[in-house]
Amino acid sequence: MAAKTKEILLDPLFTNNPIALQVLGVCSALAVTTKMETSVVMALAVIAVTALSNLSISAIRNYIPSSIRIIVQLTIIASLVIVTDQVLKAFMYDVSKQLSVFVGLIITNCIVMGRAEAFAMQNPPMASLFDGIGNGMGYGLVLLVVGFFRELFGSGRLFGAQVFSLASEGGWYTPNGLMVLAPSAFFLIATFIWVLRTYKPEQVEED
Amino acid sequence: MHSNAYTFGFAAIICAVCGIVVAGSAVSLKDRQDANVRLDKQKKVLSVAGLLTDDEDVTPDEVQKRFTGNIQIKVVDLKTGGYATEVDATTFDQSKASKDPARSAVAPKNKAKVLRLPNRATVYHVVKDGELVMLVLPVEGKGLWSTLYGYLALEKDGNTIAGLTFYQHGETPGLGGEVDNEKWKALWKGRKAFKDGKPFIKVIKGQAGPVAEAPYEVDGLSGATLTARGVTNLIQFWLGGNGFGPYLNKMKSLAKMKGA
Repeated sequence: MAAKTKEILLDPLFTNNPIALQVLGVCSALAVTTKMETSVVMALAVIAVTALSNLSISAIRNYIPSSIRIIVQLTIIASLVIVTDQVLKAFMYDVSKQLSVFVGLIITNCIVMGRAEAFAMQNPPMASLFDGIGNGMGYGLVLLVVGFFRELFGSGRLFGAQVFSLASEGGWYTPNGLMVLAPSAFFLIATFIWVLRTYKPEQVEED
Repeated sequence: MHSNAYTFGFAAIICAVCGIVVAGSAVSLKDRQDANVRLDKQKKVLSVAGLLTDDEDVTPDEVQKRFTGNIQIKVVDLKTGGYATEVDATTFDQSKASKDPARSAVAPKNKAKVLRLPNRATVYHVVKDGELVMLVLPVEGKGLWSTLYGYLALEKDGNTIAGLTFYQHGETPGLGGEVDNEKWKALWKGRKAFKDGKPFIKVIKGQAGPVAEAPYEVDGLSGATLTARGVTNLIQFWLGGNGFGPYLNKMKSLAKMKGA
């Protein structure tokens, strides 16, 4: 059991990463990764939502009428997302202001719904909880990697602290404007997938 | 297969449970959220008035103390430029008033793309030893993607800019978002807002140089021409006749009388 739990928890990081292998949830990964701080908070928010939605959906999986299961899943996910948003507004006001609509848009993040339908509907609550945490972390990992490069090369900072001294302030580094725009996240995610698939060639899809 | 009655019953229970959870969290956290919003605004007012720096880590109590110690909230009638003493300034909410048809009107067409104009607006007096030293005016207007909301601080002459800060906007981080950059905000300090009685301050392309050489111009933001244009438009709008113009004229003549 312990080995299985570990597998459920850690597989989504590299072996079965929701963004890199399944290419789900990419849109929010573009929007919130200009800074490390927002990436971290967004990652935590998604982990919380996937974990709790998987847990609660799995707990009632045997009672959900299959004809309305999708809408039931969505109702639960949407409620959890609203609660998460409210908590962020109450306790992390500054970050929640920067994330703005993207917390609300976790509702439409395919990872949450995908895990609910593909895993939580068939597996017991504890396994589903770990699956939710694992997939949230897999998503978060990509966010952190992308956020790291975007903040470092886009504004020369990490977590808001100046790392490279900027040319506009007498230093040596001229920020790369492309990095702060959404397309750079596409390049970075693609590079992440490339590196991952070079290292794990079995993830390459057949033509 | 489940019966229809079961399905409906199940849906009803899920809705009720989710509704309670959502409503419960919204209601129980409301006070805290409101306090955050209030605190954030107070912080911005203090920071534009130079009474708080952005990297200063202060407790909410300290913010409150500095705010009540240095700032007086006033409500101004935008048309006449006089104080609207009939409204309680501490509870007056300008953004709510702008949405209330009884307390606002459709704004005349303007470059700042302000749609509705409240009849009354909040201004903050920064007071030192009982004397007015600075005016803080709320400003808002369209940038590139979003509406920018912020505060403009003027010295008591109603002309010299003491600071500018935005507390809410959705401009591109690193480009238009650089309106939050401390170094850029510092460029506004000391420049003049009006020339021959008209709002004249603007953000230009390229570098404007020191205050003495370019009193009416501020450096542009590279890669953010449209945001910068929006900033120019919104400041000129709020300093103009439809905004705080009448009020500032009154303050200026008052200051002249005192000076004479």
